[in-house]
Amino acid sequence: MDEPIRVLVAKPGLDGHDRGAKVVAAALRDAGMEVIYGGLHQTPDAIVQMAVQEDVDVVGLSILSGAHMTLFPKVKELLDAAGAENVLLTGGGIISPDDMAGLEKLGVGKLFGPGSRLADLVDYIRAEVGQRRTAAGSA
Amino acid sequence: MTEAAPVATDRDAALVERVRAGDQRACARLMTWAERNDPRYAAAHRAFVGSLGTAQRIGITGPPGAGKSTLVEGLAEHWRKTEDRTIGVVAVDPTSPFTGGALLGDRVRMSRLVLDPGVFIRSMATRGVFGGLARATDDVADVLDLYGRHTVLVETVGVGQSEVDIARSCDLTLVVLHPGGGDTIQAMKAGLMEVADVYVVNKADMPGLDRLVQELYDVLELREIPEDQRPPVLTTVASNGQGVAELADAIDGMVAERRASGALDARREENLERRVRRLVDGRLRRDVWETQRLAEHLHKRLAGSGTLSAYELADEVLDVYRGAGRDQDPSSNDPSLPDTSPEDSA
Ligand SMILES: Nc1nc2c(ncn2[C@@H]2O[C@H](COP(=O)(O)OP(=O)(O)OP(=O)(O)O)[C@@H](O)[C@H]2O)c(=O)[nH]1
Ligand SMILES: [Mg+2]
Repeated sequence: MDEPIRVLVAKPGLDGHDRGAKVVAAALRDAGMEVIYGGLHQTPDAIVQMAVQEDVDVVGLSILSGAHMTLFPKVKELLDAAGAENVLLTGGGIISPDDMAGLEKLGVGKLFGPGSRLADLVDYIRAEVGQRRTAAGSA
Repeated sequence: MTEAAPVATDRDAALVERVRAGDQRACARLMTWAERNDPRYAAAHRAFVGSLGTAQRIGITGPPGAGKSTLVEGLAEHWRKTEDRTIGVVAVDPTSPFTGGALLGDRVRMSRLVLDPGVFIRSMATRGVFGGLARATDDVADVLDLYGRHTVLVETVGVGQSEVDIARSCDLTLVVLHPGGGDTIQAMKAGLMEVADVYVVNKADMPGLDRLVQELYDVLELREIPEDQRPPVLTTVASNGQGVAELADAIDGMVAERRASGALDARREENLERRVRRLVDGRLRRDVWETQRLAEHLHKRLAGSGTLSAYELADEVLDVYRGAGRDQDPSSNDPSLPDTSPEDSA
């Protein structure tokens, strides 16, 4: 599996800066991934449209606005509706363990709270995409 | 090594039909096959190549930060608004030679196009290829052609020195320069002056515009191109749309003229030759270094021998390669195979 992992990094919602998203994008690139940087203020529709056209393995969202309980489920729902149910949806922000567990039940991947190590995100994406690609290939 | 030449299966053909019918996800997936060098793509390509050629392909190159992406957004928006023309965009950014990763950031400047179903944007990393394009850029443009896009805009890497491959991959090349982006000598060094069919001086709102335009005319004069064949010089402010409509009309006008004169067909033929040569180069390289296991041989020879000449070793590697080629059953080296080693496609 030496094809580079493709990740869309975007920051939905209307709150300010995208420093967090840029740091994550740079870290994933340094880990050998192809990162499509989607930019600030993207709506769930726009994020899913980009994810489909770019045929990414992963969508990573940085959500600091507190709107994660609406944004993650919405993006997941739209990905599924677009036939991209195999895309890993992950991300980070200020998210409580309870919320994380709740989102995971909806099919959202592992999420990373403040103070998480970027290396853990990289490892998680590699392992998860590896599994999904193998599963898709043998299907 | 005993694989048969790939034949498009029903399922692969179905994907192609879905692309043709306008299925966005199928379009994206077929691009991924091309980019991954999936043998199914080569098979599919043989089947659909006959229906290509309707899209006009415009290459956009120029130094970093000249405003290429902003201009792509402006042109696409113009054509969408004035005539509902469908647009495909291929945006290429460099792969890091150290990590193999890439940050593909052109979309940030194209955000107004995202929700328009008449615009399909694909970002690509160069994946180790020089010249401003990725190996599969032509293929991604082909898929957009198959998908029925009227105009395909290909933005190259803005590295400033080596993006001239675009000239042999599209119908018309725009070279985008901007005041403050260095002088025309730098553009000349990069080979940019030779590949331009149209010069766009963007950021016409910035100081230094007149000097840059004058320099451009001077260079064109020096090159002694007959006046009626000189590439036009247009000025734009991509960030507010100024001059973009005129640029769009100039592009359409030139493509139409070349279509009518037969120059477009001639150019496409040259482009095809270049593409075939690139494919052959790529396959030979893989054949030498992977199939024939010559890298291992070379490493063995290198171990502990500090005084060998690089020329001597290169001769030796090629001798071994040619010898191995002669010993091989020719049928096991089917030239119609895509340049994917069997290990990769397993
Ligand atoms: N003042 C001014 N700024 C512009 C103009 N066009 C683009 N810009 C700005 O120039 C910067 C670079 O624009 P891009 O469109 O990203 O340039 P690019 O050539 O695609 O850059 P790379 O892909 O990184 O090589 C952005 O901040 C744009 O907003 C213009 O006409 N005038
Ligand atoms: Mg750009």
